[in-house]
Amino acid sequence: MQASIPSIVGQMIVFAIFVWFTMKFVWPPITKALDERQKRIADGLAAAEKGQKALTEASSRSDEALKAARITAQEIVAAANKQATQLVEQARAEAESEKKRIVEAGHAEVVRELTQAKDALRQQVGELAIAGASKILKREINAGAHAELISELAAKV
Amino acid sequence: MSAESGAAKTPAEYVSHHLMHLTSNHDAGFVTMSNWHIDTLFFSTVLGLVFLTLFRLAAVRATSGVPGKLQNFVEIIIEFVDNSVKDSFKGDRSFLAPFALTIFCWVFLWNCMDLVPVDLLPLFGEHVLGLHALRVVPSADMSATFALSLSVFFFIFWYSFKSKGVVGFAKEFLTHPFGAKLLPFNIILNTVEYLAKPLSLALRLFGNLYAGELIFILIALLPWWAQVIPGMGWMIFHILVVTLQAFIFMTLTIVYLSMANENHDAEHH
Repeated sequence: MQASIPSIVGQMIVFAIFVWFTMKFVWPPITKALDERQKRIADGLAAAEKGQKALTEASSRSDEALKAARITAQEIVAAANKQATQLVEQARAEAESEKKRIVEAGHAEVVRELTQAKDALRQQVGELAIAGASKILKREINAGAHAELISELAAKV
Repeated sequence: MSAESGAAKTPAEYVSHHLMHLTSNHDAGFVTMSNWHIDTLFFSTVLGLVFLTLFRLAAVRATSGVPGKLQNFVEIIIEFVDNSVKDSFKGDRSFLAPFALTIFCWVFLWNCMDLVPVDLLPLFGEHVLGLHALRVVPSADMSATFALSLSVFFFIFWYSFKSKGVVGFAKEFLTHPFGAKLLPFNIILNTVEYLAKPLSLALRLFGNLYAGELIFILIALLPWWAQVIPGMGWMIFHILVVTLQAFIFMTLTIVYLSMANENHDAEHH
């Protein structure tokens, strides 16, 4: 066991050099890296928080837009339904009136043809009666004397 | 371990040979003015260079991005030391923190030399290099521990003068803690207090590691089959001592320099 003064002094000088080296070349770069990393992590966390907030905002905005779009769609569907009903009603009414018109026209034709047929028939019956009568009377009376009577008969048929 | 070298020597010779330094001359006094402890200087310097190389390597490659394994390791130690300093030292840490880091790592590596088998390096020195003696644990040499504690002692004054001024320091030294009327007692008390700091720092570390080394030497005297259990037990216990003593030395350094840096007058006004 011995304390050596030259060793102590030498050791102190070595120690001083080591401390100087640590202070100059070891401590600053590492603490700088640590500080920078700390800052980067803090920045990253802040950015993440900001992103989260933006995401929440955007999702609430999209919800609103979706809701509005749904309402608009409902309105459009309702309007379209209404229009379709109207169209159907209109078409039905038109068809109804067309049917009526056709039926009426048919009816009028039938009436007209009936009248025509009646007239023709009446005419023919008159002629026939005249012919028949004339044939009968040919022998008994002349046509001139009895023409008034014959036309009276034809009108009655 | 002991069989070969112990065969020709008595146990007393074996132990005292292990406690001899590799010196520059044969001055055997308790305090020597001329005798260099070459082994202590060599191993402490090499260990210091190991520390500086490792940390400098990490510092050169330091990135604020994803750190590698070495950088992680170095950062853990640096943050640990920086936090220890931050906790008690109020002021600019750009000197004290690296100072504390150097002390912690250097002392830790010194102490770690105690975990190297006691006969390994001395036998290598004796048979390969022809050295008459070799002690490999720098902190088991008072020269190394006093070198550190005297450096700390110097910086205690440095910080005291810086915070209080030379006059303020002298005033506090003469009038604290009993007041100006009991000046001699103040001087005695303060002298003891100031001397106790470097003495206790150096002797605590030296005593622990010297005792640790001595126990390892005594265990090495046992027959080989009886060495395993006590050797392992003492080794495991020593892992604690190695770390703890380095930590204590660093912490006390920080505490002493923090105390020196506090300006009591400024606080009162």
